[in-house]
Amino acid sequence: MEFVLELRAVSKHYPTHRAVDAVSFTLKRGEFFSLLGPSGCGKTTTLRLIAGFEQPTAGEILLNGADIHHLKPYERNVSTVFQNYALFPHLTVQQNVEFGLRRRAENHIEERVRQALELVQLTGKEARRPSEISGGERQRVALARSLVVAPDVLLLDEPLSALDPKLRKQVRAELKNIQRKVGITFLFVTHDQEEALSMSDRLAVMHAGELQQVGAPEELYLRPRNRFVASFLGGLNWIHGVGVRPEATRMVREPPAAEVCSRAATVTGSTFLGNCVQVEARLDDGQPVVAEVSRLDENFTPGEAVFVWWRAADELTFPE
Amino acid sequence: MNRLRAWFLAPSWIVMGGLFLAPLAVIFAYSLLTRGVYGGIARPWTAESYQRLADPIYLGILWRSVWIAALSTVLCLALGFPLALFISRSGRHKNLYLSLVMLPFWTSFLVRTYAWMFLLRDTGLINIVLEKLGVIRAPLPLLYNNGAVILGLVYGYLPFMVLPLYATLERLDRNLLEAAADLGARPWSALTRVTIPLCAPGIRAGAILVFIPCLGAYLTPDLLGGGKSVMIGNLIQNQFTTARDWPFGSAISLALMAIVMALLVGFLRRQEEGLL
Repeated sequence: MEFVLELRAVSKHYPTHRAVDAVSFTLKRGEFFSLLGPSGCGKTTTLRLIAGFEQPTAGEILLNGADIHHLKPYERNVSTVFQNYALFPHLTVQQNVEFGLRRRAENHIEERVRQALELVQLTGKEARRPSEISGGERQRVALARSLVVAPDVLLLDEPLSALDPKLRKQVRAELKNIQRKVGITFLFVTHDQEEALSMSDRLAVMHAGELQQVGAPEELYLRPRNRFVASFLGGLNWIHGVGVRPEATRMVREPPAAEVCSRAATVTGSTFLGNCVQVEARLDDGQPVVAEVSRLDENFTPGEAVFVWWRAADELTFPE
Repeated sequence: MNRLRAWFLAPSWIVMGGLFLAPLAVIFAYSLLTRGVYGGIARPWTAESYQRLADPIYLGILWRSVWIAALSTVLCLALGFPLALFISRSGRHKNLYLSLVMLPFWTSFLVRTYAWMFLLRDTGLINIVLEKLGVIRAPLPLLYNNGAVILGLVYGYLPFMVLPLYATLERLDRNLLEAAADLGARPWSALTRVTIPLCAPGIRAGAILVFIPCLGAYLTPDLLGGGKSVMIGNLIQNQFTTARDWPFGSAISLALMAIVMALLVGFLRRQEEGLL
């Protein structure tokens, strides 16, 4: 069976709104799949439907090809890393990690817990309580606790959002590494497009309860199906009906060559970002555009008349 | 700032000092004196009242008080926990159920205890109905025994168990229960492994709030025990009225206080060690 998880037109409708509306996607065994969208788009609800905490109002959820809608959360072989980790405060790190194995009365508990703690580099912290370890360590305990039961799919609900930004980048790489090592399918929910793009094998973008597009990170970034996906995954200049990414938008003082697309503009400001400078400008028709220029390039000052240009190949066009 | 604080604290100090500490000192003094001929107290100073506490009759009453209070506490917990759990999970009806739990407080405790007498006595509602239905021939001895006292105590102090239990259950992070289920814990397992251990502070608070008044209960054993099921509170009352032995009554009161404090200290110490 190639697909470990399959959602078929899954909906969760409330009297006042549609949290999840006819969402369908499939997870291949062993892949790192992200569900990306702004807050309130239904991504966490989708996760909770898969975990069994909520019941869908329509549609089917198949785990290893079998419909699991009638199974309770404790009967589904999926496990969740919660956004706030939900570690048991009265249990030690060791007891937290072995909780699932004991409930399932499995064998070799000691050994498996030891391996799981080793995997997340928490050896030596077994006797600590969650209140006695750092936020990053708590996040790893939550990961170990869910991984150790060998779920068919590991559901991660914004597990990095509680970490400070610097740690977050480091944990991204660690998480991806761990996923490769254990080979478990990850379903990663996030609102951070950088996280989703950098970690996923494939990702799905959600908006207002509906799935917008599913595909590999490059595919979604370079060939977004609609304006929402395009602007959610990165910056987007909207110039006369086509989209151009800021990094594909160039800025010059002299009129560019005829074979590229260009527009006259007026510089309105700039933001220094360290590795580049974002120059904001306004087209003649009032449309704002942003161009990312190398900081070694000349300085553009507000009020200056310039030209922005881009290659036709970099244009993003949408059918609708 | 300090003067302001003193002014704010003054009423409490006056109440605590005048209405609690001073009477306590008086009782302590009484306990070391000799009984007067018509009640009251007289000299000489003596520790005789404390020696009399060791009498097997009084130790027996003390022991009965302790086990009746302990059993009542356990029963309150057994009844109160499911109730508190139910209320904490009943969504928008929570406040309705909570007010129902507190509803009995709107009537005097005395009146409610009398109501139990009317229900339980030989010619009471329960016995009459059972007799009319032909279930029993002679009235069941429902009143004036330990069972009636325990029933009255459990009935009277159940809300004191339910409210702190509810407060802790209400604060319990629902994510923890989801995490337990997610890791394969069936409802019973989640209850015993997660909910109950995390509810320990509420269980402790409820147990203290129920056990202490039960131990010193006076009205319930007096009315529902009918003098047959005497508890320490009745003994104290008896010394100040019928027996006219104020020094001994004072000595028992202080002994009761000492026992309660010793139990509390032991309890709190265990709590600090995280054993409970």
